[in-house]
Amino acid sequence: MEHESDRVLEGKILHEESYPRLQEREVLIDNAFKMDHIDGKYVREVKMSSKMQESDHLQMLFYLYQLELRGVQKRGLISYTKEKKTVEVILDNDERAKVKRAIAQAYRVIEQAKPPVVKKLPYCKSCAYFGFCYVREADEYAT
Amino acid sequence: MLRDHYVFSNGRLNRKHNTIYYTDDQQKQTPLPVEKIRNLHVFGEVDLNTKLLNYVSQFDICLHIYNYYGFYAGTYYPREKTSVSGFLIIKQAEHYSDRHRRVYLASRFLEGGVHHMLRNLRRHKVENEESMYLIQKEYNKSQEALDIQTLMGHEGVIRKHYYQAFAQMLKQDFSFERREKRPPRDPLNALFSFGNTLMYRTVLSEIYRTTLNPTISYLHEPSTKRFSLSLDIAEIFKPLVVDQVILSLINRKTITKKHFDVLDHEICFLNDEGKKRFIRAWEDRLETTVKHRQLKRNTSYRYLVRLECYKLIKHLLGDDVYKPLKAWW
Ligand code: SF4
Repeated sequence: MEHESDRVLEGKILHEESYPRLQEREVLIDNAFKMDHIDGKYVREVKMSSKMQESDHLQMLFYLYQLELRGVQKRGLISYTKEKKTVEVILDNDERAKVKRAIAQAYRVIEQAKPPVVKKLPYCKSCAYFGFCYVREADEYAT
Repeated sequence: MLRDHYVFSNGRLNRKHNTIYYTDDQQKQTPLPVEKIRNLHVFGEVDLNTKLLNYVSQFDICLHIYNYYGFYAGTYYPREKTSVSGFLIIKQAEHYSDRHRRVYLASRFLEGGVHHMLRNLRRHKVENEESMYLIQKEYNKSQEALDIQTLMGHEGVIRKHYYQAFAQMLKQDFSFERREKRPPRDPLNALFSFGNTLMYRTVLSEIYRTTLNPTISYLHEPSTKRFSLSLDIAEIFKPLVVDQVILSLINRKTITKKHFDVLDHEICFLNDEGKKRFIRAWEDRLETTVKHRQLKRNTSYRYLVRLECYKLIKHLLGDDVYKPLKAWW
């Protein structure tokens, strides 16, 4: 569904153009999730801007946690191209609890028969699912 | 921006390193921008190999093959996408096997189609008043249909009135007796056949990008055509896209009688130049944007097709009640 969102596409092109030194790109683990890159003791992600730091952080925690479950200990680095900064993410006890909670919550949503009611959020506008969440037909048509 | 790419001449498509090359009869090579292609339509006689097919799969590109006359032959689809939803398939099937729910969806597709037919006829309101009235009346009757056969019967009558009036709006002598599906025997039928084929492919490639199963349909019988859901959704868009393209091609004389060939005095089809002109107008139309009333952003006709799939998904999930697109602009 997110294939053609311009933003996702922008993200894809970004991967090909920035950080050319990171040789091995897009690591797919168990056919389940994809990381931009693993570099020594770091998992790395490249983002366009730091607008969504919360969710970027959680995404990284998810990778680190999944790797840990497979017996691999790593730290995370998220690079923001626009701001030219990099932040480190470490999976400690608090963070582990946080990511487990988030996963449980995601399952609760997935297992619902219907999608939850749309809640207007500031980042909906740049979300790849915007079209799905907000499309409707007006009730009456003036013909 | 992803786009469709069309190959008309004879030649060869192959992968060299990380690029697709098209080599024509004169050995001229053209690289195709693989990350930017959504569909590859092959009209010419083209050689290709499995290496190319594998490559095309990686990029989720569908390869549609047409024969020389522009009739659809088949599609090479990338491997089954991972995002299938068993839950949604069950819902899709439930809405098919419950007669009332099926009729509801089928008549919504008809509703969208009729709205766009009337919208086309409204351009020549005075001449078409009678037909518009008859179509509206027949549509109103169709709303009482309790089964698909009855609904289809009304649809047939609507279509007859519509095509009669449509032919009246043409500024060239392109008359046709009645709409003949295959093989087309006159230029106008050839245009409809060609346009409708493009429409089905367009809808299918949008369905393909959602978790809908294209084989379960409501207005059309799922058993008769493999991807019958695309026929259902196309009902809404044919008058809005295909018929408007045809109307403007004929009335602006972009396509004239010389753009057709006849095979065995029987089958009428667009020649290469005709197909190119059609496709150019077609692509322009699909990329045209309108400001979406609900989304409040510019939306291309092609994306409107995707949105129709999303609305259907929401209906199937019980999240919203499906209403067809009715062009308001
Ligand atoms: S558009 Fe939908 S999926 Fe995206 S953030 Fe908003 S509510 Fe969530």
